Amino acid sequence: MLDPRFRGSDIKECMENLDQIFVQAKRTVMNLAESVLPQPLVLLVSMLISIGVIAAIGPVIMMYLTWLERKVVGRIQNRIGPNRVGKFGLLQPIADGIKMLTKEDIVPEGADHILHFLSPVLVVVPALLVLGLLPWGRNMAAVDLQVGLLLFFAITSTGTLSIFLGAWGSRNKFSLLGALRAVAQLISYEIPQVFSAVVVIMHTQTISIVEIVNAQPGFNWFVFTPWGFTGLVLFYIASVAECNRTPFDLPEAESEIVAGFHTEYSGMKFALFYMAEFLQVFSLSALAAALFLGGWQGPFLPSWIWFFLKTYGLIFIMLWFRGTFPRLRVDQLMGFAWKFLLPMSMINIVVVGIWTYASPIVAWVLGILIIAISFGVLAKLNTRYHIERNRKFILAE
Amino acid sequence: MWGTGVLKGMAVTIKNFFDTYTSKNGIFTVEYPEKRLPEKERFRNFPILVYDEKPEELRCVACDICAKECPPKCITIVKAKDAQGKPLKQPEVFDIDFTVCMNCGICEETCPFDAIYMDHEFELAEYDRMDALIYKKERLSRPWTHFEKIRPTDAKEINERRAKDATKTAAAVKPAPPQASNQQT
Ligand code: SF4
Ligand code: SF4
Repeated sequence: MLDPRFRGSDIKECMENLDQIFVQAKRTVMNLAESVLPQPLVLLVSMLISIGVIAAIGPVIMMYLTWLERKVVGRIQNRIGPNRVGKFGLLQPIADGIKMLTKEDIVPEGADHILHFLSPVLVVVPALLVLGLLPWGRNMAAVDLQVGLLLFFAITSTGTLSIFLGAWGSRNKFSLLGALRAVAQLISYEIPQVFSAVVVIMHTQTISIVEIVNAQPGFNWFVFTPWGFTGLVLFYIASVAECNRTPFDLPEAESEIVAGFHTEYSGMKFALFYMAEFLQVFSLSALAAALFLGGWQGPFLPSWIWFFLKTYGLIFIMLWFRGTFPRLRVDQLMGFAWKFLLPMSMINIVVVGIWTYASPIVAWVLGILIIAISFGVLAKLNTRYHIERNRKFILAE
Repeated sequence: MWGTGVLKGMAVTIKNFFDTYTSKNGIFTVEYPEKRLPEKERFRNFPILVYDEKPEELRCVACDICAKECPPKCITIVKAKDAQGKPLKQPEVFDIDFTVCMNCGICEETCPFDAIYMDHEFELAEYDRMDALIYKKERLSRPWTHFEKIRPTDAKEINERRAKDATKTAAAVKPAPPQASNQQT
């Protein structure tokens, strides 16, 4: 029961305090640092705090994403998932981490040792870097860059390079095949991904992620507009392909090419590839939430809780995909990117153009109409053959 | 329509996901060491030797039939002898090598003396794979009541048959005592 003296304004104040709890914490440390350290060092401390928090939070996110994935996919397959190490298997990621650390690190004889070693290190760097660009809550972005979104895409696309580096360095045909697929796939899907993010840039007229989130106050999330919804769906599908997850996991298709680009990796190096993948899952889901679902915007709850709710909601959908779909064929994969996602995202740009200049009602009707018609046309064009419904089978005599 | 199949598939998986929380039959997993499935009566694993009252008085008469019939030859029997060297109707050694036994149950089927039966025990892990898994007579013997507990239907049948045989033997033995020694059943 609530204490009668506990007024509504108190709850509000309490929530506001909770909202800014991390900001306050950092400010307290900074004030402390200011009183004892000279000015240049204070700046360094400020940077170190942000870097330290992000560097610490990255592995934790990755560890518990593996746990979440195993739990969700387990449930989808009518299993329980990890449940032996700790309550609900909550210590399982730690046990896995210890296992990975103590495993033998194998480097193939013919491998290029430098590249083989460099690749897993390099692949984690961009995945961790982009976490700094995300707005984790109100006033809670580590760096608020004017070109945040641009930098985000620029950094994530370098991950492909390290994947190729590792595959080339391990001198294995399966690795190389996987890396070739990865490169082809990431290049194709980056285009619709960026194009579907362009609609948000056009509407808000800024490329700062923080500003984009600020432009969606309350419940004015972009997903509640025709172009926003289409944009989210397109962006999200392209993102799933970007982080090589089922049904787009061709680069590591275990049933075809052993383990793809990380065939020759074991122990902690393998874990680093995994970490990069899961961090990418997290950061792309967070970006999708920021662009279309209003980031940390939301009523009542503290902003960072809203951020995590939306991000994990999107991650759940990714896990749900993984529990549902079989892997695409290479031609289907490419066809889907170039023949459906790309034209659709371009049409979406037209829709947001109309949205900017037309009156609301006209914009809504026209927007929905254009998107529906173009979806229908593209679907028709993409259907390559029809299964004959009334096919007659003539049996051989 | 194009794309509806995808949604249909996703509906199926999400239904299964929520079923694991809401429906009783959602999860098939039985968390084994804590919970276990009820044992089926006809389940069989490794053989045991049964005795009626005292563990030294096994029903087995060391006739060696099961050892001969056992396909992988994993039973070793040595007949016991009394002080004069006369063979007794009980085994001195009765070893079954559980590393070799293939749980076929032929020993149970061939034993004419209802002495060897298949047990339900399956948690037999050992730290030593050589000696610890060769089960000696003492580790194999179980009271008849144990068998009655694990396989009540079979036990009832066997009990009835044995009671009938016993009365028949008693009737046969009485009128012709001299032949009784040749007519062991
Ligand atoms: S067949 Fe029966 S009585 Fe004969 S040795 Fe085997 S267990 Fe003993
Ligand atoms: S169950 Fe089969 S293999 Fe095992 S001891 Fe009996 S006859 Fe031999």
